[in-house]
Amino acid sequence: MGTIRELLAIPLLLTSFRFATPLILAALGGIFNERSGVINIALEGMMLFGAFAAVYGSGLTGNPWIGVLYSMIAGLSFALILALVCVTFKANQIVVATGINIFASGLTIYLLQVLFGVAGTSPRVPRLPAVRFLGITRYNPITFIAVALVPIVWFILFKTPWGLRIRAIGEHPSAADTLGVNVNKYRFICVLISGTLAGLAGAHLSIGEGSAFVREMTQGRGFIALAAMIFGKWHPVGAFGAAMLFGYAEAIAIRVDFAYIPSELIRAIPYFITIIILAGFIGKAIPPKAIGKPYFKGED
Amino acid sequence: MSEENQYLLEMRGITKTFPGVKANDNVNMLVEKGEIHALVGENGAGKTTLMKILYGLYDSDAGEIYYEGQKVDMSQPQKAIDLGIGMVHQHFKLVDTLTVTENIILGSEPRRGLTINYNEARNKVKEISENYGLKVDPEAKIQDIPVGMQQRVEIIKILFRGADLLIFDEPTAVLTPQEIDELFEIFNSLKEQGKTIIFITHKLREVKTVSDRITVLRDGKSVDTVVNTEEISEKDMAELMVGREVLLRVDKEKANPGEEILKVEDLHVRDNRGITTVNGISFSVKKGEIFGIAGVEGNGQTELVEALTGLRRAEQGRVYYKGEDITNLDARSIKDKHIGHIPEDRQRRGLVTDFSLSENFILGFQHQKPYSRSLFMNYNLINNHAQDLIKEYDVRTSGYNSLVNKLSGGNQQKVIIAREFDQQPELLIAAQPTRGVDVGSIEFIHKQLIKKRDDGTAILLISAELNEIMSLSDRIGVIFEGRIVAVIEGDRADEREIGSLMTGSEEVEVSE
Ligand SMILES: Nc1ncnc2c1ncn2[C@@H]1O[C@H](COP(=O)(O)OP(=O)(O)OP(=O)(O)O)[C@@H](O)[C@H]1O
Ligand SMILES: [Mg+2]
Repeated sequence: MGTIRELLAIPLLLTSFRFATPLILAALGGIFNERSGVINIALEGMMLFGAFAAVYGSGLTGNPWIGVLYSMIAGLSFALILALVCVTFKANQIVVATGINIFASGLTIYLLQVLFGVAGTSPRVPRLPAVRFLGITRYNPITFIAVALVPIVWFILFKTPWGLRIRAIGEHPSAADTLGVNVNKYRFICVLISGTLAGLAGAHLSIGEGSAFVREMTQGRGFIALAAMIFGKWHPVGAFGAAMLFGYAEAIAIRVDFAYIPSELIRAIPYFITIIILAGFIGKAIPPKAIGKPYFKGED
Repeated sequence: MSEENQYLLEMRGITKTFPGVKANDNVNMLVEKGEIHALVGENGAGKTTLMKILYGLYDSDAGEIYYEGQKVDMSQPQKAIDLGIGMVHQHFKLVDTLTVTENIILGSEPRRGLTINYNEARNKVKEISENYGLKVDPEAKIQDIPVGMQQRVEIIKILFRGADLLIFDEPTAVLTPQEIDELFEIFNSLKEQGKTIIFITHKLREVKTVSDRITVLRDGKSVDTVVNTEEISEKDMAELMVGREVLLRVDKEKANPGEEILKVEDLHVRDNRGITTVNGISFSVKKGEIFGIAGVEGNGQTELVEALTGLRRAEQGRVYYKGEDITNLDARSIKDKHIGHIPEDRQRRGLVTDFSLSENFILGFQHQKPYSRSLFMNYNLINNHAQDLIKEYDVRTSGYNSLVNKLSGGNQQKVIIAREFDQQPELLIAAQPTRGVDVGSIEFIHKQLIKKRDDGTAILLISAELNEIMSLSDRIGVIFEGRIVAVIEGDRADEREIGSLMTGSEEVEVSE
């Protein structure tokens, strides 16, 4: 029974926010590009490059906030590649994004070597300040940003003209086009937003929760964020809930000792849940209709 | 310009070439302010292309457009919108998951600060809707409303942007007769308020009823630029379009029905929403006869056809084919039994539009010899087969390798007709076989249907065109609220009687 009490302990629940932060950010980014009709499985690579850039920026200037800025620019620059190649030149989104993921992994290892002269872990750099909240858990500012972004993204998507256009473009681009909405411009911008948020998620991992970059430190969180987005049915609040659930699973895996269950299994729970959702067992997740298809002017 | 400002719109010398096809060849079109102008022509004549150029969706290779006497550049839809030109497309441009209001305001949203001003939007939609008699439910999602209302949403969408010139590309193809009447009332109320309408149709009767003047396109050229509707008969109109004489009437001998091929007994089928729309249907179709089903659309025809072809489960009742029980068999097994199907929704059910013509010509038979040789497809044969069908059925295309989505709407329909006719079916289920098809091709398809009948095919014909049902069928079953309310011999059919049966205002014992 001790385990149950531990599972429901307030500190553990509060800690989930920390684990959920990168998932929330990347999932919100993913909502932008997918709602506009572009698949972005390069969230992982953008996050990884963001994590590295944050450490580099912080180390270079001694100011972790500059690191945060660097991380966003890093995510944005990868997003620029995806947007140019896939939106403007209409290449296959999965192939290009997979390329970006592989590139990110190689590039960060290479840059570790070139810029820091190390192989696995970067030197320590100044990290973001941690703020005590509700007296129990300490959070870095990116967690607050992530949580604050949820209602903001909701507002943009469902209350503003831009949100309406983004949602329309992902469902029926030619309908939007015939009404004078520039489909590829909106898609381009959505991909950039997505990359920027994924980069910020990377900063949380490297200089928010720690103070160094470790190779492959994102450990598939970009993909879990995609899962959270799907689980949350492409809705910011839903994605937030899903990210919290996944963050909670991660917190348990690290903080709670189970007698018989290995923590790796606990950690795999998000993946199981996602597979079950995708298979349509718990409510159906219906993606935007035009997702993954490049748009050519004048088509039906 | 000599005729100063006489015309609202002048399109002069418009030319547009797609790879392998000259869709518009030096086309002229002159539209007067405040008129209803019909644009007619064969399938593939270039009507849609011309209108897409006007709306800025395609760039023309040559030619000039004048609007209110000014030369204009139409490189983007936004330019057309700014000038006051709006278009209702052949395939609706509505976002299924958004509401009516959201679809209407998309791209020109009224704002309050950063947000969309939904109150203002709703009021404006309401105002337009009342002004022109366009009934819609502003809060409903597009996916939940009937086609007729979707079209009204498209019209409001255009008026919302202050359009003065409204283009309709085959607006009546998807409507029931009642909805068509309503649409024409809307046309007239638009005209009264000074709007100008260009409308494309294949139904000559409609041209006669509502239009003031006509432009006829043939083979991408404007043959007779402008004629007054009053001065031309339907027959002459058809001849202008096709370039030869057209029989608007079907000639047929009396049928020679043989044994029963299809027998449906007490069939019950539910639609997507779970409502039982086929509610105990029984009928039979014999070898060598055409059994027509007359009825207002939405009385269970769609679900009936889907249940017969294995696309939807029947909840209750039996279907027999040549004495064998085929109830709820899967679609492939049914197809393999030589049951042909011309589906009512060609883009969703009948074609894979981003496959080539060759491939679409064998869809459903691709696993059979000779198209498939154990592991491999026999593409030589498939392509030759396609070439033969293109010629025989007069499909206008640049070649068998071209993608079906590059075909004009009516030519897409011909691809399905050709495929299903060519497979020598013993039972042919034809739903709306001539939807969107030009007069010349209708004549051809009707002749072929009669020929198939005379060769011994059993044909189940479903059509929203009462005319078509009456002129082709040997027996007519009238469907109302999911039941066959009467079966009438074709030669004794009376339009008024069927009409009132279709709307449920007359009760007759099923005579079978
Ligand atoms: N995007 C495209 N690419 C290539 N060819 C095209 C394209 N759009 C149309 N065509 C070709 O141009 C010709 C004219 O097509 P269009 O759609 O304008 O005909 P239409 O008069 O509207 O016919 P329908 O009455 O059947 O709708 C056809 O031969 C068609 O195959
Ligand atoms: Mg057309």
